[in-house]
Amino acid sequence: MRNETYDVLIVGGGIVGAACAEECARHGLRTELIEKDMIGGDATAAAMGHIVVMDDSDAQFTLTRYSQQLWHELKPELPDDVEYEQCGTIWVAADEEEMEAVRRKHAYYSRRGVPVQILTTAALELLEPNLRKGLAGGLLVAEDGVLYPPCAARFLMERAQAKGATLRLGVPVLEMGHGRVRLADSTELSASTLVNAAGSMAPMLTPGIEIKKRKGHLVITDRYPGLVRHQLVELGYLKSAHSITADSVAFNVQPRRTGQALIGSSRQYGAEHKEVDREIVTRMLQRAQDYMPGLAQTSAIRVWTGFRAATPDKLPLIGAWPEDSTLYVATGHEGLGITTSLATARLVVDQILGRKPSIPAEPYLPSRTASLEHAHA
Amino acid sequence: MNSGQKKFDVLVVGGGPAGMAAAVSAAESGASVGIVDDNPQLGGQIWRGEVQNCESEASRWFERLCASNADQLCGMRIIDQPVLGLLRAEDRKGFCDLSYRKLVLANGARERFLPFPGWTLPNVMGAGALQALVKSGLPVQGKRVVVAGTGPLLLAVAAYLRKRGAEIVVICEQASRASLAKFGLSILSQTQKIAQALSLRKDLSGIRFVTNCWPVAAGGDGVLQSVIISHGNEVEKVACDYLACGFHLVPNTELAALVGCEVKDGYVVVDDFQQTSIPSVFCAGEPTGIGGVELSLIEGQIAGLAASGKNKPAERLFSPRTRLQKFATRLDRGFALRPELKKLALPETIICRCEDVTYGSLKKYTSWRAAKLQTRCGMGPCQGRVCGPATEFFFNWKPDSVRPPVFPTILENLAAMPCQPEQSHSGALRGPQ
Amino acid sequence: MPEQIAIVVNGRHVAVWSGTSVAAAVILAGAHCRTSVSGAPRGPLCGMGICFECRVEIDGQRHQRSCQIVCSEGMQVRTSE
Repeated sequence: MRNETYDVLIVGGGIVGAACAEECARHGLRTELIEKDMIGGDATAAAMGHIVVMDDSDAQFTLTRYSQQLWHELKPELPDDVEYEQCGTIWVAADEEEMEAVRRKHAYYSRRGVPVQILTTAALELLEPNLRKGLAGGLLVAEDGVLYPPCAARFLMERAQAKGATLRLGVPVLEMGHGRVRLADSTELSASTLVNAAGSMAPMLTPGIEIKKRKGHLVITDRYPGLVRHQLVELGYLKSAHSITADSVAFNVQPRRTGQALIGSSRQYGAEHKEVDREIVTRMLQRAQDYMPGLAQTSAIRVWTGFRAATPDKLPLIGAWPEDSTLYVATGHEGLGITTSLATARLVVDQILGRKPSIPAEPYLPSRTASLEHAHA
Repeated sequence: MNSGQKKFDVLVVGGGPAGMAAAVSAAESGASVGIVDDNPQLGGQIWRGEVQNCESEASRWFERLCASNADQLCGMRIIDQPVLGLLRAEDRKGFCDLSYRKLVLANGARERFLPFPGWTLPNVMGAGALQALVKSGLPVQGKRVVVAGTGPLLLAVAAYLRKRGAEIVVICEQASRASLAKFGLSILSQTQKIAQALSLRKDLSGIRFVTNCWPVAAGGDGVLQSVIISHGNEVEKVACDYLACGFHLVPNTELAALVGCEVKDGYVVVDDFQQTSIPSVFCAGEPTGIGGVELSLIEGQIAGLAASGKNKPAERLFSPRTRLQKFATRLDRGFALRPELKKLALPETIICRCEDVTYGSLKKYTSWRAAKLQTRCGMGPCQGRVCGPATEFFFNWKPDSVRPPVFPTILENLAAMPCQPEQSHSGALRGPQ
Repeated sequence: MPEQIAIVVNGRHVAVWSGTSVAAAVILAGAHCRTSVSGAPRGPLCGMGICFECRVEIDGQRHQRSCQIVCSEGMQVRTSE
């Protein structure tokens, strides 16, 4: 039983926790990250690894754009196995109604300085010949990219350690709060600041955090270089991500640097077990084949699942926890954890150090949730 | 393409000795039986090409199978159990769903490959693998072959290859002479084994057989040209065209794990009637314990009889099984892998062949899963079937849980929900007899 | 009664006995089935469809396990060189 004091103790070694550790350590804070299993092994290992801007709300856009820019700055330092590819995203419109949505997105992003381009049917066919013919068109977001999340998380943690952060692996945390963390092996640690970055398990450590697990499935194929060139997402993805009650699937496929195609996406509420749900996988793959018939004959090597941490208002919780002056929360990133991990870390450290953040922090503050009761639908 | 659904009282997965024995026993007991195997013909690995050889035991079982009304489904590979009581099998055209009341898993074992420098060169393959390739048309007339690794399989393979005109340069057995002597003495109680041993001895007369010996490196320019072997304090370079090298067998337990059977210490747990922890699922042959052809035949018969409700006839086979199981235990001990084999891999030696992950990049990880996520080891199409046993031996890593598909399959085979099986899979066929 | 059939491996005709596996035919043709992700030549390892080192393209379909497929007349086989 050891008693040790830190500036910052971070619980949770996913990409968000690792990013926080890196940011804290870089600012000279004596930091330890506690992870019960392995770095990047939970939701991070089930993430699709996209680095995207999203326009679901102004707050979501601001956070994703800011974080994407941080990834762009970091890109030259990323090792090979992080596999960062700026392949761009194409939002695919199946019909004229979805082309309207494309035009709205185009206007929204253009006004905010995000390079975007409307694609006609012909242009889409040229850029992505393996999509089904006759789609209405799409929106190309050229600065979006993809990476391989477990290695990205490991890289961030290694940078943190190079700056003096320590890593404690293999022991679960039982309690955290009021400057103290108690582990399952009876170790007690103390710090002036605690960060709960435990993803969908955050509520177990900080009761009152409103997080629901949202299960997702992924399928990866063998190597077919050139089959998919950009990240492809159907506009219906937004409807899927919007729904907070129904199980849904949406077409989302990514090219990996290996030439494999990574296929998603699915969302389920209330599914607590990590076994593969055949019904969901079949629906997801039917949707994928529908958009990209060429996928049907590819060899599918693996199927796996993971749990996103979802909040009621679809924005993450980043900032001080109202009832505990030592505690910060960095969780609830749903499908944007990889993208927004770097910005999350910046915002957390801005608040710890009392610095003015580069973007307004209010929309993501945990203290906003007091007013969210009525937002549950 | 969906080829619909077939229904069976007893579905047998695996067409080797255990599977054929199970299918014959169930079919002769009156059950409607399907036997499915991913090779073009029945026989599994050990009896590959044997069913048409009139003098073989394989052909006798095959005749009985053909005389029964068991459905033979060759060239089909089980990839998933989409719903309870129904297995999805893929073939080159698409898939077919197979529903069962009782399932007998007899999907055998695969060779254990231990990496060493140069092991990825073309023409380095498993011992059973080279035999299988020769049986499927690869000529070895006049080719120089080094047979290495461990186990009685090496002798059988060497004898076979020699009959097909290969020049067996040397057989390298990693076990010590003392271990082998102990094993040899212990088989004296089994007359069938002695006869086999004597006939093998004749087939192998004049062939150099070295114990305490294993390959240290394979060399060649784009293809195998030589092998360096170590024995005692000596190291020797041997020119050759093929290296047939396998270190024992690893049971294929993935399908059993997928359908929910208890797997312990790498083997499927079964009771006296070869029934697994899932009442409608039986398992026979190597996945329950590596024991060779005779044991597989007995276990297959017990499983087939029990799956058809014929427990009394099954019980009559319990004591031959016990005798053969004792032999299997001695096998394991006699040919246990020596620790020097853990040191063969150099930092640049490839461990995961699908993703080209080297030993040096794996050493630092303390678990299979961590290594997999960070290096991609085990994420390739073999799903860790080759590198898994090697890393388990090197690092003591335990494998992950099994997820569908249990083999890579065409995406559209995963994109269709099956119709509900048209029969109850848990109902008993008839009472015990 | 075995007969000779002809398949095409990487554009060249190869004569094999009927019943020969595609993996054996590729070796007979002097080719290797697969090139590894880092560019090394590979051939069959397990001979029973689990190692995936024998993968070739057959009649336009990629990633076929050639050790478990029997040659048929006129089959078009491409290895990844």
